[in-house]
Amino acid sequence: MYDVSRMDAAARLPLALFRTIDADPRHWQIIALAGLFLFSYSTSSFGAEPSALFFAFSGAMLAQGLGTAVLNLRAGRPLFHGFEPKSALITTLGVTILLRAAAPWIWFAAAFTGIALKFLVRIKGKHVFNPGCIGIVAMMLLLGRDAWVSPGQWGQMPLILGYALALAALTLSSAKRLDIALGFLGTFAAILFARALWLGDPMAIPLHQLSSGSLLIFAFFMITDPRSTPDSRAGRVLFAIAVAGLAAWFIIGPNQRGAPLMALAALGLLTPLLDRALPARRFEWPHGTPAPGARRPDFTPATISPWGTKETPRP
Amino acid sequence: MKLKHLIASLALPLAGLAFAAPASAFCGFYVAKADTDLFNDASKVVLARDGDRTVITMASDFRGDVSEFAMVVPVVSVPEREQINVANPALVEHLDAYTAPRLVEYYDENPCELQMQYRKMQETAAMAAPEADMMMEDAESLGVTIEAEYEVGEYDILILSAEESDGLIKWLNQNGYKIPDGAEETVGAYLKRGMKFFVAKVSLERHDGSAMLRPIQVAYEDEDFMLPIRLGTVNAEGKQELFVFALTSKGRVETSNYRTVKLPSDMDVPIYVKDEFADFYKAMFSHQVEKENGKAVFMEYAWDMSWCDPCAAEPLANSELRELGVMWLDDAPEGLTPRGMAPSPVDVFVTRLHLRYDAKTFPEDLTFEITGDRENYQGRYVLRHPWRGDYTSCSAASEYASSLVERWDAEAVALAKLTGWDVNDIRDKMADGGYSAAAIRGVDVEKPVNKKSWWKRLWGNG
Repeated sequence: MYDVSRMDAAARLPLALFRTIDADPRHWQIIALAGLFLFSYSTSSFGAEPSALFFAFSGAMLAQGLGTAVLNLRAGRPLFHGFEPKSALITTLGVTILLRAAAPWIWFAAAFTGIALKFLVRIKGKHVFNPGCIGIVAMMLLLGRDAWVSPGQWGQMPLILGYALALAALTLSSAKRLDIALGFLGTFAAILFARALWLGDPMAIPLHQLSSGSLLIFAFFMITDPRSTPDSRAGRVLFAIAVAGLAAWFIIGPNQRGAPLMALAALGLLTPLLDRALPARRFEWPHGTPAPGARRPDFTPATISPWGTKETPRP
Repeated sequence: MKLKHLIASLALPLAGLAFAAPASAFCGFYVAKADTDLFNDASKVVLARDGDRTVITMASDFRGDVSEFAMVVPVVSVPEREQINVANPALVEHLDAYTAPRLVEYYDENPCELQMQYRKMQETAAMAAPEADMMMEDAESLGVTIEAEYEVGEYDILILSAEESDGLIKWLNQNGYKIPDGAEETVGAYLKRGMKFFVAKVSLERHDGSAMLRPIQVAYEDEDFMLPIRLGTVNAEGKQELFVFALTSKGRVETSNYRTVKLPSDMDVPIYVKDEFADFYKAMFSHQVEKENGKAVFMEYAWDMSWCDPCAAEPLANSELRELGVMWLDDAPEGLTPRGMAPSPVDVFVTRLHLRYDAKTFPEDLTFEITGDRENYQGRYVLRHPWRGDYTSCSAASEYASSLVERWDAEAVALAKLTGWDVNDIRDKMADGGYSAAAIRGVDVEKPVNKKSWWKRLWGNG
């Protein structure tokens, strides 16, 4: 004898799980980044380390907690009302995966700085810098050689496979941000191919440069952050083109360390300008899974947690 | 296993090199096998880098008729005469020896007593020097400009710029530089980036007739920390072997556009590896290259220059480092360590990178990143000599005997993994030397059992 209802439940489990994860695109992002962390940890001589994860996590959560508490104090709400760890976790993973440092506190400082700047540097309520990116760049600028990124360490992924996986992860996490990833990669690739053609280089060279694992991570998991990029599609594509152009120049010209990250940080202020020129609805993360038809509470976490709720009209 | 401090001084059988035996705290004595030709046609490049300042020292394994030697290197600007130098080849050899992968020997104690002995040995890799020779004709008609012309040591050096790669290649071929077919694209790409060509030949008048050519050094300033390798991939002679020794004040150096991988290290390997360390190192390197699909740069050593443990050779003296271009030691007092161990205030961190490349696996020039990582790393392989005696003399001894069998098996597996050699061949070889369960069973194995007949051992044709 078998229990029909139980089997039904078992069959429904994967679907239920998928729905739970899919309720918030950040869940997919966290899963993908955690996978990248494990990949880096297990395959690279100089890969991401669990101790770095711990330090970055502490820094990110401390800054997130402080920022939330200060905002709540001002608004007279309970201290940790609306504390939102998901975005801070994404910053944690981004910092751990991309940053290499001479001492453990640097990961703490990078994650703390990134999240702190998310609360402190805002224009019209929207933060300017990608937290992971600005945290890493701040450490590289302040500490010199003691903080670095290891773009070569991801090796050359089999090109198609790497792109397919990243694309899948991105599509799941936020299909609406595909424009920015493709805008960035398309521009970047066009510049590299054009340069190779001009120099008479074999195409193996731009292909080699494009199959860098760290470039994929940057394009699919960092520059696509919907909260620090322009709201309108045209604005996002322009932004992506600008970052790609500056990053390519950094590489071709002065061989700047961490070129794409530096370019993204340098162009952070472009986002508010583009939002002004090309206004559109602000992106917000979903907040829990609202019941169908339920109205979102008046308090939107956008004012508290910079990574708020899903892309819907503001109430 | 404990380390014990023993001082042993022993004359070194290291061919041609004037190193003193480093009596390190690691103890024991130092056995260097002077195989200097582990990797044929290897180039060795020393890069001393601080800020934008770089000194490059280029040495190659060139052996043969010096009139055949020619070196062609793209450079970012036209160096002054004073920016070019020739170095003593012993400097690069010393750096090579200091950073070479090493074997360490341990002797198990009598399990019934407590006694230890250690020994280590090491092996150095090979090295030789570069070269030059030249003349010039109708350069102008080919669009080639001779920007500068120098005589440095045994070399005649020209700095060339050109409008077209065709003209430059034609000129080079006319003047005795054998530029392989297919170099046009690569040369053209460098020219378009505004780079000049540094070409050197040996002046037969000034050459003293020695077989070894001295390394050429160039001091320059450039934001880019890179090494042009693409010309080396043009010729069809297969893979090129390159060692890069990077000297910085900050820390480890890695390649930023290729994966840097640590060469597997700190493994116990069978005793017989001692007699074939050169083969072991070559096979291991080839096997590891294969495992990375040929696309990785291997880090073989990363260490603070003020000490070593165990020392394959003594750390370089400040004067040697300065000759190799370490410009930031200018004002530092001569704080040379008399013996390998005591850390002296030498602010130099050395990274030894080893790569095997061709145009397919390394399409782009190498670019480097200096990191703040000062964690020491060395390629080190351990030989553990078993205690031989009556394994029934006490209970500890019989336990020890059974642990030996497991250990040997693990060593065989480790060696097979490192080198790709067949594990059964390794076991057979170990058994021949008396490292097998069978050898243990015969209780008094004072001397290893050798299954091969004496004539087979004599001629090695068994």
